Amino acid sequence: MTLPGPQPSLLSAARAMLARDLKLLWRRRGDAAQPILFALLVVALFALALGGEPRLLQSVASGVLWLAVLLAGLLSLDTLFRSDAEDGSLEQWLLSPVPLAWLVAVRVFSHWLTTALPLVLVSPLLAELLHLPRPQLPVLVASLALGTPLLSLLGAVVAALTVGMRRAGILLALLVLPLYVPVLVFGAGAVAASAQGLDASGALLLLAAGLVVTAVLAPLTAAAAIRIANA
Amino acid sequence: MIDTTNAPPLLAVRGLRFCRNEDPVFGPLDLHVDAGEALLVQGDNGAGKTTLLRVLAGLLRPDQGEIDIDGRPASIGERSRYIAYLSHLTALKQDLGTLENLHFLCGLQGRRARQMPGNALAIVGLAGYEDTPVRQLSAGQKKRLSLARVWLSPAPVWLLDEPYANLDLDGINLVNRMISAHLRSGGAALVTTHGAYAAPPVRNRLLTLSRPEQGEAA
Repeated sequence: MTLPGPQPSLLSAARAMLARDLKLLWRRRGDAAQPILFALLVVALFALALGGEPRLLQSVASGVLWLAVLLAGLLSLDTLFRSDAEDGSLEQWLLSPVPLAWLVAVRVFSHWLTTALPLVLVSPLLAELLHLPRPQLPVLVASLALGTPLLSLLGAVVAALTVGMRRAGILLALLVLPLYVPVLVFGAGAVAASAQGLDASGALLLLAAGLVVTAVLAPLTAAAAIRIANA
Repeated sequence: MIDTTNAPPLLAVRGLRFCRNEDPVFGPLDLHVDAGEALLVQGDNGAGKTTLLRVLAGLLRPDQGEIDIDGRPASIGERSRYIAYLSHLTALKQDLGTLENLHFLCGLQGRRARQMPGNALAIVGLAGYEDTPVRQLSAGQKKRLSLARVWLSPAPVWLLDEPYANLDLDGINLVNRMISAHLRSGGAALVTTHGAYAAPPVRNRLLTLSRPEQGEAA
């Protein structure tokens, strides 16, 4: 009887995946700045289109900032599993003794870390460009910190569903944007509520609850979708 | 030598059949591979060799038939612990060095006891290329790097899809030596070829797949 040798642990697989993604990011650090530059351009275009009137910008700032972050995330969504599917890495994920849902969860986390977290970090700067009142800044950063992982997890399900297609393109956006609606409503809504002097914690708590639910369900769903797409 | 008289075959397949859009690709097929044994899968292009390996690995679902691994029905978990698959796709990241790629793949699939990625690179003849990005390697060198991954895998059953493709004479010898060593340590291997290359000098059996319908084990 021949027994298989030592198996990888969940932790060692997660470490290997994170190390790989961070190294890849470092090799292509030019690409890493793209979401930030894109969000900056969206904000600048809005300011130009609306005429640069501070009071007008102030009133739309939370919505524009949220849209800029959401669209930047949408553009980087297709890269979540695409390169791994093309070079065959996804096959090896499927054949790994580590549960696929765990690998998907780690991959979504590292993707969020490298594409969305930088946006959350520069959001105070973007807010300044739109004259967002300073007292609303903590609410904005909190809503983005809770909302962007939620966007990444929801996006992962759709990215997994479309990974079998050669180019997902606009279909990806058509499928994922309806799912993004509640996140946008509560995220931008939290900032708008605090602008009117209302308590924003309700919307933030709903975002947090949504994050907990999707953190459990989205990796499982995305893993099932990847199995289907690979067959 | 390893005593395999009473042990169940490492991999056993009964009545395996796979269809793509109602067209049969292969089967029904019966085969078994014992520890210390290699099965050569031969056939023309399009005869279903790769499909057979993908079904055995669990990437495709068969239409009929049973697959037993080590005497037990193959579940997903069971397969992933027992099977290492060398695919046409390399699973290598172009921007990472050879050693970095191996470290990642070992983190994913585990690593045999007392085997280090650095040594595996030396075994497949890539010593000195540790930090070379994969995009600078030739097709043959990429194949050697993929073989190093299979070599490091703790799984006893190797499914090798065209391991000889792109390799020079020295590389073909390398594949044969690796398979022999793996079989001596109690593993098993399924190897697809067009039949144009020398088979590994080990106890082996031949399965010939032919295009339209029937595959027959000899």
